[in-house]
Amino acid sequence: MRSPVRIVPRHAIGRGQQAGIAAAAVCLALLLGGLFLLLAGVDPLAAYAAIGRAAFWGGAYALSDTAVKATPLILCGLGCALAFRMRLWNVGAEGQLLLGAWAATGVASFWLPATLPRPLLLTAMALAAVVVGAGYAALAGWLKARLNVNEILSTLMLVYVASHFNNFWIFGPWSQSGFPLSPQFAPSAQLWRLSDAAAAVPALSGITLHAGFALALLAAAAVWWLLRSTRLGFAIDVLGDNAACGRSVGIDVGRTTVLVLALSGACAGLAGMVEVSGVVLRLQERFSPGYGFTAIIVAWLARLNPALVVVVALLFGGLLVGSREVQPAGIAMLLQGTLLLVVVGSEFFARYRAQWRGWSAHG
Amino acid sequence: MAEGGALAFVVNLLAAGVASGTPLLIVTLGEVIAERGGVLNLGLEGLMLVGAMSGVLVALPTGSASLGLLAAFTAAALLATAHAVVCVSLRADQVVSGLSLGFVGIGLASMLGAPLVGAQAQLDRFAVRPVPFFSELPVLGPVLFAHNVLTYGALLAAPLCWLLLQRTRIGLHLRAVGENPEAADGLGVNVTVYRYAAVCLGGGLAGVGGAALSLALTPGYVDGMTAGMGFVALGLTIFARWNPLAAVPGALLFGAIRRLPLDVQGLDVGWLANPSSGYFFNMLPYLFVIGVLVVGNLRRQQRGLGAPAALGRSFVRGERR
Amino acid sequence: MSATPSTSPPAVELRGISKRFGRTLALDGASFTVQRGQIAALLGENGAGKTTLMQVLAGVQFADQGELWLDGVAIELTSPRQAIARGIGMVHQHFQLVPTLTVAENILLGTDWPRFWLGPRPLHDEIATLGQRLKLPVDPAARVAALSVGEQQRVELLKALWRGARVLILDEPTAVLGPLELTPFFEALRALAAAGTALVLITHKLAEVMAAADVVTVLRRGRTVASDVSTRSVDADQLSRLILGGDDASAPSPAAVTSAAAVVGVDRPPAAGVVRAPAPALLRLTGVSALGQRGEVALAGVDLEVRCGEIVGVAGVSGNGQRELAQVIVGLQPSTAGGIVLGNRDLTRLSVRERLALGLGYIPEDRLGHGIAPSLSVRHNLALGLFRQQRPPWLVPWSALAQRGTDLVAAHDVRLQSLEQAAGELSGGNVQKLILAREIDARPRLLVAAQPTRGLDLGATRAVHDRLRQLTASGCGVLLVSEDLDEVLALAQRVVVLFKGRVAGTLERAVASAESIGRLMLGQP
Repeated sequence: MRSPVRIVPRHAIGRGQQAGIAAAAVCLALLLGGLFLLLAGVDPLAAYAAIGRAAFWGGAYALSDTAVKATPLILCGLGCALAFRMRLWNVGAEGQLLLGAWAATGVASFWLPATLPRPLLLTAMALAAVVVGAGYAALAGWLKARLNVNEILSTLMLVYVASHFNNFWIFGPWSQSGFPLSPQFAPSAQLWRLSDAAAAVPALSGITLHAGFALALLAAAAVWWLLRSTRLGFAIDVLGDNAACGRSVGIDVGRTTVLVLALSGACAGLAGMVEVSGVVLRLQERFSPGYGFTAIIVAWLARLNPALVVVVALLFGGLLVGSREVQPAGIAMLLQGTLLLVVVGSEFFARYRAQWRGWSAHG
Repeated sequence: MAEGGALAFVVNLLAAGVASGTPLLIVTLGEVIAERGGVLNLGLEGLMLVGAMSGVLVALPTGSASLGLLAAFTAAALLATAHAVVCVSLRADQVVSGLSLGFVGIGLASMLGAPLVGAQAQLDRFAVRPVPFFSELPVLGPVLFAHNVLTYGALLAAPLCWLLLQRTRIGLHLRAVGENPEAADGLGVNVTVYRYAAVCLGGGLAGVGGAALSLALTPGYVDGMTAGMGFVALGLTIFARWNPLAAVPGALLFGAIRRLPLDVQGLDVGWLANPSSGYFFNMLPYLFVIGVLVVGNLRRQQRGLGAPAALGRSFVRGERR
Repeated sequence: MSATPSTSPPAVELRGISKRFGRTLALDGASFTVQRGQIAALLGENGAGKTTLMQVLAGVQFADQGELWLDGVAIELTSPRQAIARGIGMVHQHFQLVPTLTVAENILLGTDWPRFWLGPRPLHDEIATLGQRLKLPVDPAARVAALSVGEQQRVELLKALWRGARVLILDEPTAVLGPLELTPFFEALRALAAAGTALVLITHKLAEVMAAADVVTVLRRGRTVASDVSTRSVDADQLSRLILGGDDASAPSPAAVTSAAAVVGVDRPPAAGVVRAPAPALLRLTGVSALGQRGEVALAGVDLEVRCGEIVGVAGVSGNGQRELAQVIVGLQPSTAGGIVLGNRDLTRLSVRERLALGLGYIPEDRLGHGIAPSLSVRHNLALGLFRQQRPPWLVPWSALAQRGTDLVAAHDVRLQSLEQAAGELSGGNVQKLILAREIDARPRLLVAAQPTRGLDLGATRAVHDRLRQLTASGCGVLLVSEDLDEVLALAQRVVVLFKGRVAGTLERAVASAESIGRLMLGQP
């Protein structure tokens, strides 16, 4: 007895069909998420409504909050997308983000005088974060290139190392009066916010959207240009598709590995700087609700496309904002993980289709 | 420090290492089985947390740690089935599938485990049961024979896993599936069934490892209590060259290193006494994993042995190029 | 004329088999028959459908239409396991062995006995005895990865025979054997046939068919054009006409096609008849040594030379260092000793990119695995030459490259739907033309071509051979590494024979014969 259904690879698939499959996946994910919510004793419809309200259709405040949460997701997502395109699994963006925040804090509060003009100080902070983030990721890149150390494990372990490293400074030398916080940033070390202009435009009062968002959009454009027009972008595409071919045509795989991971870490480091300088205004424990990890999901759902990264990051930013309203913690990560799992599984239906063969025993 | 003191310190450290390394050993044994079958599971962290949470969730009302253990295995195995479906049947990329499963597990454990935090007082746990006579032996006694039943089980499971893989038909088929699924399929071995079984068993053992934390070691449930142990298990699998026996010393060593900050701070020696040094000790286990991977790769470059050849690759029967 | 009719039904009969893969019709009502105790050859060029037809018999593929009769009974096969259960065994062209397992473990894989517990030496004695009896000796405890290719083939045969195969299908079995290993191999087959096994040899090599088989069936383009023809009643010319289609106007006549010359077993020196003064040396290897994948010695002190405008063929049985030779020259793996000089530059410390920039071209042996990025478009793949430039640009000049790509595709007759098509969708022959186009466009001084026509059909093979000859006319040198001795004989001016990583001999083509080269390939003087 043969199975009545045969799996056959598709030749081509229309945009409409692809969109349909993606939509079905999203619906399934929401359904499963709803089931999980029920399991935790929460009304799923109310929860989804609350999330939507807080994130998107609650007026200017909601949109601003969403964009603020989306900013580090965009940056980390870009970094992840760059690396993933080359099949380099930088899952340690969180660690690079943490160290970037550390470097920015160091520059802001300890290593450079606060009397520097604001643009200069902010630039220095950004540079420090980018360099440290890049270097941290490049370490994992070098380990991979020279010793073939699995980058998933090395970047992940480095996340925990970075976390303890930051804690050392937060609880120790940088602690303000014994509390696990660094001193608040001077105004010259804070990113510009829309609410800074509230005196001139009263409608902007309370809108915390900061310059980091613009920076993130610029970064997205830069990454898009990099991938499309530069030799490095071409090399990334080739190595991501077939590294052996890349090697055979003369691409230096080791150097490209380190370079791409460095760029990836630079984006994540910048995300750290943008968070401490635009939102938290100091270095403290757990200032990141796992942006670097969420960014993995963002990058993948965006199909590693920089423009889509912005879109998906905004959606997920909204989810983060909204899930503050919903009781059980962990709901955001649960929904995100479910969504990714379902979407990844649904790609099967885009690549194959089922052929009905009938139940007869004879072929 | 007195002579006896030094020896006692080391013995204590080793014994604590065995206990502390048990959860890691259990998870690693499970992952070795799964990876021998050719499936990578990056969601071990989430599965461990789900196991830890489920163990406490069931042990609290029922008052039985054993039932909690069973619940931990079942819950994690069920969740791991999703990974099997997505990457074996639906042929998705194993890395992404595993990672997303991990997120699901972390979120689920966090969500359902929130009311459980702080309830360890009434929790039935696996108590230490020294083996009569053997636990009196010098050095070996406290190190190997004065633990709870989970540790004994883990230490016995390692050679049993090896026997299963190397000396049974099931193990032979599993190994073939992980090295060359096309060949195995051509000879009538059902690749899909073996991979599903390996993934579910591996996932279930990850859950048991989590329960070993929450029902014995810690005890109790705390958000994020595994602190990366699920990922460490992946590194240990590589370091052990996919050999269950070799996972034992690695896990014990890691356990000892985990214990180091606690034991060392009791010593009043110079810099070690400074509370800040604790942060650097906390980094040690993770740096140790990286070191282990580096050393492992240096050795492998000389010998040329590696992972199961089909690890990470989806199996598709007869797809024509 | 067909074989003497026997009273018992044929061991196997396939009737009217059709099979489609996507848009390609691989089999179109093909048929095949073999009797018990007979050795039947299934003949046809690459792409004719031979392997597919036999895969249907072996349960690996499902036919869309047709019937399958085993010993006179119509059967239906839904999986390889069912086929094995019915006594049909297939030894594939690419072995289906698990390298890290032992010989015994590979043989016992998928069987029912022993059921659960294997122990350290599962059925080793029984397996060794069977091997001895069938003239296929093996060491059950050896790991397959450590075996030679010929030994691995014996394991594959034993696998089928252990399961009681009464119908044995062998797909291109002699591709891995040297000319002088053929005799003992065919002896073993004869013994099996005498014991009542029905044997099917899938091959495109005419000479072996005439030597070993009792009957021949010829496939062309998925159809059976000659069935069950006794090898005593037909000659090589007739068969090659059947393979190529003598009545088909578009197909070339046998005499004009160089590969066909090899097909009918005639030695012909290459076309370049002009005697030239020796040209300057282009590539010189002195004492080059290298290690293989498992750390064993793959090359030991290889000396060879390629001059401008000549094709040097490297012949040898698979696994004697050919792969390592190509990789060491291109720089994909380091040599452990010796010097490699291109022109007047020492290559040994240079990276791949630097070597390519100096004028090296490379056609990798694994065209899909190393030669192209299959998911990227043809346009992207043609632009890969960008990376070898001395000072490659930071920005990729896509529009200029697109125009160049269009020109290249036209010049090299690459058949495709559009430049934006994914390169992996092209047929094997067109992929190879793409790679050649790209490499030739870079104007190399020396082209290293490894197994360039493996798996290609006659038309594509001819196109590749023509390209290589054109290259040499403009002064480029070609190092042709090929396990197909016929190809080497057809193209090369000098032949270097590799045996166990050493140069067993270097012969001028004009004075070399297949036999002398064959002896060198087996390490005999």
